[in-house]
Parts: sequence; C-alpha cells; structure tokens
Amino acid sequence: MITVQDVTKDYGPHRALDGISFSMEAGEVLGFLGPNGAGKTTLMRILTCCMPPTSGRVTLAGHDCVTEPLEVRRRIGYLPERVPLYDDMRVADYLSFVAGMKGMPSQHISANVEQIAEKCGLNEVYRRQIGNISRGYRQRVGLAQALVNDPEVLILDEPTVGLDPGQINEIRGLIKELAGRHTVILSTHILPEVSLLCSKVIIINHGKLVAMDTPDNLGAQVAESSRIILRIDGPSDEIESALKRMDDVTEVTRDTSDTHQSNTFAVDVKPGQNPRKQLQALIAENSWDLVEMRSVAPTLEDVFLKLVTREN
Amino acid sequence: MNTRSIGLIYRRELGTYFSSYIAYVVISMFLLVTGYFFYNLLASFSIISFQAQSNPMLARQHNLLNINETVVRPLLGNISIVMLLMTPLLTMRLLAEERKSGTLELLRSYPVGDIDIVLGKYLACLTVFAAMIIPTLVYPALLMMLGDPEVMPILTGYLGLFLLGGTFLSLGLFTSSMTENQIIAASVSFGMLFCFWLMSYSVQFASAGLGKLIAYIAINEHLESMAKGVLDTADIVYYLGLIGLFLFLSLRSMESKQW
Repeated sequence: MITVQDVTKDYGPHRALDGISFSMEAGEVLGFLGPNGAGKTTLMRILTCCMPPTSGRVTLAGHDCVTEPLEVRRRIGYLPERVPLYDDMRVADYLSFVAGMKGMPSQHISANVEQIAEKCGLNEVYRRQIGNISRGYRQRVGLAQALVNDPEVLILDEPTVGLDPGQINEIRGLIKELAGRHTVILSTHILPEVSLLCSKVIIINHGKLVAMDTPDNLGAQVAESSRIILRIDGPSDEIESALKRMDDVTEVTRDTSDTHQSNTFAVDVKPGQNPRKQLQALIAENSWDLVEMRSVAPTLEDVFLKLVTREN
Repeated sequence: MNTRSIGLIYRRELGTYFSSYIAYVVISMFLLVTGYFFYNLLASFSIISFQAQSNPMLARQHNLLNINETVVRPLLGNISIVMLLMTPLLTMRLLAEERKSGTLELLRSYPVGDIDIVLGKYLACLTVFAAMIIPTLVYPALLMMLGDPEVMPILTGYLGLFLLGGTFLSLGLFTSSMTENQIIAASVSFGMLFCFWLMSYSVQFASAGLGKLIAYIAINEHLESMAKGVLDTADIVYYLGLIGLFLFLSLRSMESKQW
C-alpha cells in the first residue's frame, strides 16, 4: 500500500530525515514513535505530499507522491498535529466544504457528512462555530474531516495530544474501529498508545529509523535480560549473597526504598532463562518466607529508552 | 484547474470576509472617504460655476466648467488613491493567515491544485472589491441627474478603476503568499504599489526613451488616459498582464514555500 524508499529531507544544513525506508500493507496500523523533533511530522508531511523529499521515493497505492500528488491526495485523510480548522465556520458547513474539496458528488454530501459527524460524536456541536467548541470536539472535527470521503489511508499526527483522559480513550476507541477498513499511520510519543493501537511500530530518532517491528517483538528484541521481583522475609545480607550465587542470575539489586519489613530484590536473569523453580527451592531450603514473586516484562518504555539512548 | 474547487474556495473565502466584518468595515470606510472627496469636488465646482457667472472669460479659458474635467476625473484619481490604501488590507490575510494557522497545509492535503486555491481567493477578494467600488457609481449618477456629463469617459474611467483594483489585489495576493505575517504582507504591498505609482515622477528627469518606458510601467498613467475616455488596448493589456503576472508569482511562491 505504502512504500517509502530511502527518504531524506534536509532543511538547509539540518538533516531532518536520513535514509528512511519501510513499507506497509493495506489495513495495517503503523505507529511512528520518537522523541519530539525526531522527524515524525516531517515524514508525515512528505507522505501527504505537503512537501517533497530531498531524495528518495514515496509511493502510495502505486502513485508517486512527487509526480502524482493529486492521485495520492485523493486516497488520504490527514489530521495535522495542530488541528488547523477554520474557526469562523460551523462544523456542518466545514465538513461539507471538505467533502466538496475532496471531490464528493454534491448530492451525497449532506447525508455523508451527517453520518461521519454521528460516527465521530459531533451531533451536539454540529451547528456550532468551530472557534467556540472545546479542544476535544476540535480534535474530533479534525478526525472527521480526515474521514470524509472514506480515504484508504489515514495519516494522524499525534491524534490524542492535549486531550483529557476520557477524551483520549474515546479517540483511541474511534481509531481502533477504523483499523482494518483503513490503513492508518499515527505518530505519537505516548508509548502505551502504540501497544494499544498499532500492529507495527517504527521508532525514529534524529531522523533515522531505529527499529521497526510489532510492539511485542520489539519488547523481546531489546530484552537483554528479564527481571524478577522478589520480596522475602529473612536475613537480608544472607539472602542477597545466596541469590547472587545462583547460576542464571546476572545481577541482584536490593530495593532500599522499600518501607516494608521484608526485603525486596530485583533479580536480573539471563535471557531465555526462568529460574523460578530454583528460587523457590532456595527459599524453601533456608526456610525464608516468600512474600511476593513476579516477573517484569520489558515495557515499550524500556524498549524505547534503550533504543533511543543507545543511538545517542 | 477545477471550477468546483475554485467555487468552494471562493465561497468560503467570501464567507470569511463577511463573517469577520472585514468587508463591511473596509467598504464603509472606503465609501466614507470617497464620499467626502466627491462632496468637496462638487462644492468647488459649484463655487467655480458661480464665479463664472460674473466672469465668463475666466471659465472659458481654463475649461473649468466641463464637469467631466473638474469633477469626474479628479474623483476617479482620488478613488484610486483610497484604493491604494485599502486594497492591501483586503489582501493581506488571504494566504498569510492560512499559512500561519496551518489550515493551508490541510487545504493542500486535499486533491486540489494550488491554482484553484489562488484563483478562488483572488476572485473572492475581487468580489469584495467590486462591492466596494460599485456603490461609488452613485456619484456620477448624481452628476447625471444634476447636469449632463459625458458618459463615455465615466464608463472607461470605471473600467480603468476596476482593472487598477484587480492589479492591486493580485499584487497583494502575491505579497500575502510570501509570508505568514499579515503586517509584513500589507507593508510590502503598500510599498510596491507606491513605487509603481510614484514611478511617473521620474519621467520628467529621464531621457526621452527611458521616460516613455517608465511612463508605460507606472501604474496610474494608464488610468489617466482611460479617465479621459481613451480606450487603448495597450492600457488594458498592461493591467491584465500585471494581474496574470502576480497571480503566476503567487502560485510559484506557494509551490516554492513547500521546499
């Protein structure tokens, strides 16, 4: 559906994107992840033909973004980060205007626009001026204008930024509904959002593609060790040295911030190993009291920080 | 080029002119000032008429009793100066505001060409300009009720005003396409318009050939001849050429901004 080949973008001497390549299939939800200023918005602007890349090639459904921008634009719905809307227009008029601009036949416009407004929960503000509605509704109007004329590809730049938690959930629900029928690209720096919504993640840092995989695989890929949290009642020093002597254990850290009477240890073990049985045996042997044992999977936060800091 | 999207952009733009009251304010200020000019011209004409009654020789010598020469022509000149001051205010926001608020980026993600955006916006401000200039036809209409001015110079003069205004607007659209700051857009178009206007001052200092060239380039010289009732294709070509040139430059500047 979308192929990006070796795309580079320079702003004067500053290189915003450096040799980015990836491709995606129809129906996928792709998340762009990266710290602020990593080049996410630049990449989206290139995908929407707002500006051409300095070098490289972008095609969408077989159409080149530079030579056939109108064909590409016919197939995309775009929500820019700032949600720029015409404040002096009413929601209904604005959506009809967008429908016309996207080339929808006049006789279908009013029915279609009403349907989209309904889907995006805009009924309450349908006749209000855009300048007077709340941030949450604005975001939904922005999403609605992207959805007008049912584009194959949706490109959403930080669709949940600046919303309250309730609104964030609603917008996420809406995007989840759209997945499958539309190909969706969204950028964000909120990590749980990616694991929640996306089937594929691209991590960008300093304009370079750092990693591309499913959220789960990314977690596994970066996991150089897995970690087990243990809370044990007993003589702390003795427990610590016993743990350190175990085969698969690479590191033991004692959590001194714990105010409980028992001792909390973070035990890092070699990847692929799961010495839970041995740990239990060790505890039983010494008749210590096991209060808690849980393993911690690396979160996307860990993956992200690791990849981004490794780059730096 | 797609007439439907031009029409949509035109309607939206016109809606903004009126919902933001820009059109009402600019038009009423324009009519206030030009009305005051007309009143003064007419008042001085009637004083001259009274004086001519006691001294017929004076009037005949200076052609002062020709209402076309003493009222209509200066009126058209005055209107064109007020236009010079008012049109940059109409055009400054056209593209600059959309660029600043980011709506231009969204507009350009739709399947419409830049030329549709430029033409739709140009036609919208041209319409507001027409709404500004047409009420001033009341002044010559009053003259026709009270006296008998020649009609042809009035018609060609108004055609000249309209073409001049169209040129001002396309230049203003161009300056608005270059920046996202409306004040900069307005200042640059004021400056450029004044330069085009005041160029005719240099004619007297230049050599014959150069003087002729400068006189042709100067924007107001062409209105002068049209206000006299002379309909020369050279003048019309001049204005249409400038309009085309600045619309083309606006388009180019929009395209270049994306790089």
